[in-house]
Amino acid sequence: MLLEDLHQIAAKEREAHQRLRYCVSVCVAAGCLSSHSDAVKESLTREVAEVGLRGYCQVRGVGCLGLCSGGPLLSVEPEGVLYQGVKPEDAEDIVRSLDEGRLTHLECSPDQPFFKRQVNVVTENSGRIDPERVEDYIAAGGYEPLVKALTEMTPQKVIDQVSRSGLRGRGGAGYPTGLKWGTVSKASGDTKYVICNADEGDPGAFMDRSVLESDPHRVLEGMVTAGFAVGASRGFIYVRAEYPLAVKRLQVAIREAKRLGLLGNQICGTTFSFDVDVRLGAGAFVCGEETALIASVEGKRGMPRPRPPYPAQSGLWERPTLINNVETFANIPSIIRKGGDWYASMGTKKSKGTKVFALTGRINHTGLIEVPMGITLREIIYEIGAGLPEGQTFKAVQTGGPSGGCIPEQFLDMPVDYESLAQVGSIMGSGGMIVMDSSSCMVDVAKFFMEFCMTESCGKCIPCRSGTAQMYDLLAKITQGTATSDDLALLEELCDLVKHTSLCGLGQTAPNPVLSTLRYFKDEYVAHIKDKRCPAGVCPCGSAKEVSA
Amino acid sequence: MIPAASVKTLVIDGTDVSARSDQTILEAAREHGLAIPTLCHLDGLSDVGACRLCLVEVKGANRLLPACVTLVEEGMDVTSNSERLAKYRRMILELLFAERNHVCSVCVVNGHCDLQSLAQAQGMTHVHFPYRYPKLDIDASHERFVVDDNRCILCTRCVRVCDEVEGAIPGTSWDEVSTPRSSPICASLGGRPRRVRVAESAYKSAPPAPYSRRVSQVPRQRRSGTSCRTFP
Repeated sequence: MLLEDLHQIAAKEREAHQRLRYCVSVCVAAGCLSSHSDAVKESLTREVAEVGLRGYCQVRGVGCLGLCSGGPLLSVEPEGVLYQGVKPEDAEDIVRSLDEGRLTHLECSPDQPFFKRQVNVVTENSGRIDPERVEDYIAAGGYEPLVKALTEMTPQKVIDQVSRSGLRGRGGAGYPTGLKWGTVSKASGDTKYVICNADEGDPGAFMDRSVLESDPHRVLEGMVTAGFAVGASRGFIYVRAEYPLAVKRLQVAIREAKRLGLLGNQICGTTFSFDVDVRLGAGAFVCGEETALIASVEGKRGMPRPRPPYPAQSGLWERPTLINNVETFANIPSIIRKGGDWYASMGTKKSKGTKVFALTGRINHTGLIEVPMGITLREIIYEIGAGLPEGQTFKAVQTGGPSGGCIPEQFLDMPVDYESLAQVGSIMGSGGMIVMDSSSCMVDVAKFFMEFCMTESCGKCIPCRSGTAQMYDLLAKITQGTATSDDLALLEELCDLVKHTSLCGLGQTAPNPVLSTLRYFKDEYVAHIKDKRCPAGVCPCGSAKEVSA
Repeated sequence: MIPAASVKTLVIDGTDVSARSDQTILEAAREHGLAIPTLCHLDGLSDVGACRLCLVEVKGANRLLPACVTLVEEGMDVTSNSERLAKYRRMILELLFAERNHVCSVCVVNGHCDLQSLAQAQGMTHVHFPYRYPKLDIDASHERFVVDDNRCILCTRCVRVCDEVEGAIPGTSWDEVSTPRSSPICASLGGRPRRVRVAESAYKSAPPAPYSRRVSQVPRQRRSGTSCRTFP
């Protein structure tokens, strides 16, 4: 496979596309599928055949169109019309309207801030290509960066571009990607591995799933490029078995890429070979931690081990291993294509580029968004997310899942980057963003996340195994209205202990939801303990209504 | 000429210490008579860094490091006995005591127990946390040993002895089952978890030293040498 071959495939694909008069793209990612977009697609296909438009109008499945709350979504090219909330019965109207103008009652304006304020890098093909057709990806410019890297660049040059881009690990911790690649490439040993961490476990987060379902080739391409840069010849994608669609599309993508010689032996006629295997995780949250993930890939129980040695020195089967998150790999093709400096031109001083967030909770527009780093929370929530539903007042936004914290209103104008979020007691995390209104009790939220950490603790180290259970009991006691101020002091002591003595990231960050709610919503804790009252009326200790009555 | 394993010099609790570059902080400290408390460490076994009692402060490191797996480095300044560490150790021990049934006054190994001695040495006077008392089954299927999981601290020493010294549990098949807080240590031979096998293999490896919550039913003189902290 040479650059010319790629161009040929792309040209053929584009030509076929131009011959069509219309192209109806139905979102078939998990979000829309759950509201039966597959039935919509089916009835559209049938309708097109009945009307005799076959050959003129193509109905195809594409990846996530972003605005999940409006699902099922579909777009009609060439007009660029977007329809939301489509039902199978609407197929007839939609097909008829192709020639006669648009259906206003289903229309969803693509000019609204939700779409206009986004900057799509990782998600640039999402909703625009058929994730199960490699030709579609190639027509969108895919695999060109890989061929360029393999034939025109040295591994060091690839690493230099990644370093220049300022890209930081999108799994949450934000370790500079270029530095990690450099460390692995310098590590001694002939056998090295590349692992893609797709074990997305945060409640309310679905970025990785969406990227894998919408554009799996992009992740593969990033991995192969990484393998070339660090000198690895084998890669693993560790993906949760709860993502069957993502797994299926990945497997299709791997097969297609192998067929075209973009994966496997002697890629693009060079001496570089790279193979990728999918490994399924059984849904343990701790397996998102890199050493636990490695143990799981090796077939052992997913338990973390102390670092150092870091996986970059001794990882999978004690070989140097590069582990990056799905989104990190998905950024690589764009960085190679447009250069590290282009990527670094977006974002803030220390956090470059864009970040994908899964926007959920009490917000009008839930869905998947990609925004430049440094955008404020207010812009995300009130412009892109179109604010909270009517009659509800903003209380806090939770970022970073069980490892993150709740950010109150006074920080809404803070830029979203790794440092600022850490400063206010939360973390970037993998990108979950849950908006909460006054009907949420912050003690209850802390309890929810603590229960999650308690169940997901692997049990290896004592502070996390036993400490999270004690913290959960204390929080339960507070919500039941039976706690004393001594319990609160004990809770704070436990937070300190678990944070500083736990073995891995799960335990070290497990107290964050408690610490951040204690920091900004201590009055709610006090109300539960002193007045035996839950201000939001959520907890069983007696709601606000009962007290006033 | 530089020898393969070079010598490093470091400071532990104000004492100048020298160690081979492949030694851990714990080994270096113990060689020089400096005590760092441990529970999951057992000489001759691989270290897992799980009990967190040997955490030490190293100047310049942004977090606490487990002495049992952290290799010495030139010029390291290690503190193993600060007030903060003492508090953490007491709390970790309290968490252990509260986690299962560790009531010394009614325990058969009262006075011969590592956990108890450690608690005394660390100045743990009482447990601040509510006892959780999980109700776990007692395995008395073996003719000589009883496994009482209610006394287990999940340090995995018995498992590592069986695996690494005795070779009774092949490969990677040791495991804890169900939710960790209330799980019995369990071993699998050929994939199927069978707890009784632990008792058997633990018996086989009793002379070299396995470890956990085994109560021996054999006469007292044959009880010596197990690796179990809470049930020697």
